[in-house]
Amino acid sequence: MPQESVAEVKEALAAVGYLADEPAALVSFLAQKLGKPVLVEGPAGVGKTELAKALSRATGRELVRLQCYEGLDEAKAMYEWNYRKQLLRIQAGGEAGWEDVQEDIFSSEFLLTRPLMQAISSPEPVVLLIDEIDKTDQEFEAMLLELLSDFQMTIPELGRIEATTMPIVVLTSNDSRELTEALKRRCLYLWLDYPELEREMEIVRLHAPDLPETLARRLVEVIRMVRDLDLKKPPSIAESIDWARTLLLMGAEDIDRETFTQSMSIIVKHRTDIDLVAERVGVKLADPLRAEG
Amino acid sequence: MPTPYGPKANAGPPGLTAKLLGFCEELRGEGVAVGTSEMLDAFAALGEVDWTRREDFREALAATIAKSQDDRRVFELLFERYFFRTAEAEAVQRGVTEHEEGAPPAGEGERFDMSELSEAIREAMEAGDEDRMRDLARLAIAAFGRAEGSGVVGVDVQRIRRTLGLTAGQQPPAQDGSERPPIDREQLTGFERHLRRELERDLIERTETLPPSRPLAELDRALPTSPTQDLAAVHRAVSQMKRRLATLGHEQRGRKKGQFVDVRRTMRASLETGGVPLRLRYRPKRPRRPEIYVLCDVSTSVTSASVFFLSVLHALHDSFRKLRSFVFIERISEVTDVFEHERDFAAVAQKISSEGGVADVSGYTDYGRVWLEFLEEISEDLDPRSTVIVLGDARTNGREPHAEVFARIAEKAGRLFWLNPEPKLYWNYGDSVMAAYERHCDGAFECWTTKHLENFVNVVAGASPASE
Repeated sequence: MPQESVAEVKEALAAVGYLADEPAALVSFLAQKLGKPVLVEGPAGVGKTELAKALSRATGRELVRLQCYEGLDEAKAMYEWNYRKQLLRIQAGGEAGWEDVQEDIFSSEFLLTRPLMQAISSPEPVVLLIDEIDKTDQEFEAMLLELLSDFQMTIPELGRIEATTMPIVVLTSNDSRELTEALKRRCLYLWLDYPELEREMEIVRLHAPDLPETLARRLVEVIRMVRDLDLKKPPSIAESIDWARTLLLMGAEDIDRETFTQSMSIIVKHRTDIDLVAERVGVKLADPLRAEG
Repeated sequence: MPTPYGPKANAGPPGLTAKLLGFCEELRGEGVAVGTSEMLDAFAALGEVDWTRREDFREALAATIAKSQDDRRVFELLFERYFFRTAEAEAVQRGVTEHEEGAPPAGEGERFDMSELSEAIREAMEAGDEDRMRDLARLAIAAFGRAEGSGVVGVDVQRIRRTLGLTAGQQPPAQDGSERPPIDREQLTGFERHLRRELERDLIERTETLPPSRPLAELDRALPTSPTQDLAAVHRAVSQMKRRLATLGHEQRGRKKGQFVDVRRTMRASLETGGVPLRLRYRPKRPRRPEIYVLCDVSTSVTSASVFFLSVLHALHDSFRKLRSFVFIERISEVTDVFEHERDFAAVAQKISSEGGVADVSGYTDYGRVWLEFLEEISEDLDPRSTVIVLGDARTNGREPHAEVFARIAEKAGRLFWLNPEPKLYWNYGDSVMAAYERHCDGAFECWTTKHLENFVNVVAGASPASE
């Protein structure tokens, strides 16, 4: 269902388990209203992809996902002719004239649709997620431009295919490469960062509802401490949630040095990072022995 | 008949449209690329959101206009300033002042209780309540009394802050004796910003003129993490270089040799002949990506240039996948990994200085040894497709230059370029042995600004890269 104001979008997203902050809600709202793609950038693991998924749940649209990687080409992203089937058709055709055959084998029946094509030709409006666009080459970006600005695609044999319904397009980028001006020009821009303390607490408690509030607060505080260090891979929101669940399973009541050392590998995943975190954060936590004795 | 706001002003086209265009104009002035399409988007967006709410108004503009984090930062700075100035200019023009409508002028009535006031401010800072902070800032200014003001905004801000006893860090306990959480620098700066704003407003009101608008200081607009050189410009020049290097020196050799049949396209072509593959289709020959080796001098003699060089390296890594980079002083060390894992420039620079391990004892460059080590490490990988770029000043500190080793490198590599951070005038003076190396280069260029870099790209791309 369409939402009519920023607040409604925010509520709808919250209802499906995504706590958006003001800018994120506003941009999601604008994307639906203006029919423009959204480019979401930010560090890994702040919920960029999740935003697209939540949008699809909140609007009741199907999610079409295109995962980008180096070397992705149009045959895998847009469409491909099913040449085996075309061959069969020719051989099975028998006495039909060449004209008929030619017309027939370049019809949509012989077209293998890939995510982008699928998003455009879908009779129901969809959410199209183009994930990690920065992994592809600039050439691929250029190919996307027609789709992003006009929601249409040109297939030489079939002509122009226009979207019957307006998809919500979300592009995510980990900022590993500067995207082209042309692409940015066509998008709304949203920078997602690690959430504020309060909001992250809400997120953690939403996903691990059994976690007591004091422990959740402690957890988020420690996570923020860890993020402040200069790590190879700082813990993301997903890792906060994992850690929260781990603590629940461990039956921990407080994050002291022992629980921290035991479960640290949930949030820090590099050898060198682990050493650094143990050295800088571990010592700040209360010693369990001292508390007992 | 005068309106409640005084006589109507008639300068310039009124309305939001003009103001927004003015704002975009100012953003352009600061180097943010705001195109017509962005402006149209901005207006379309404002049609959809409740733009009387400041937050929504700003976010809607930001989402449509500022398309990167750098742009966003400039946007924030300018947004504050532009709309503040616009509102004040309007107020001055229409003769709107605040103290007309029976509000008690500052200094009159009871003195404010300073400790109560600072208490309230602390609470507002903790809660991050911007509106309340603004109100309190005005109260504080009133309490402080205009008479005591020095007239210099910056000085007054600090005076007021001190009078209120506001400091960052641990706070004194509250009046009821309970502990207060410490206030960090940021919260305090937030309050200071309100103070400054209100003082400025006061000043404008009294003098009825706006202070001249200045372009943003470089210091303000640069991200705290980015180097002094304009990274974006370097990136632009390098991406140009990428396109040109990619198409250079890859003449088709032996056209039919080593071609692969493209089954899919052959089948498709065979449809024209009723499914009989009469004509073979081949996989298109992609120009092979150039392999680039960059050697970068990071010794003290090029300190001023090495930030620039590192940013060139950084940009190169953005553009080329097959790039190996090395830094050297006395010894050479490969830093490809560092660049591949770190996106942030400051982190890269710091890592290289801490982990590079390139300075042995003296910290003086030893070019001869560097060539030897480089050749030993890499000679097998060097082939006519590779391009070697050296960034350095060719000052050997009197050590053996080993030009013959350098010549061997030049021979093995397809192309070799030298970028020297010194003006050509200084080459070969003192301990610079540029001439010995220049002979073997496909080109040597002075290079310490982005302009030079662009020039280098043009020369490399334009004329055939013959040695001089």
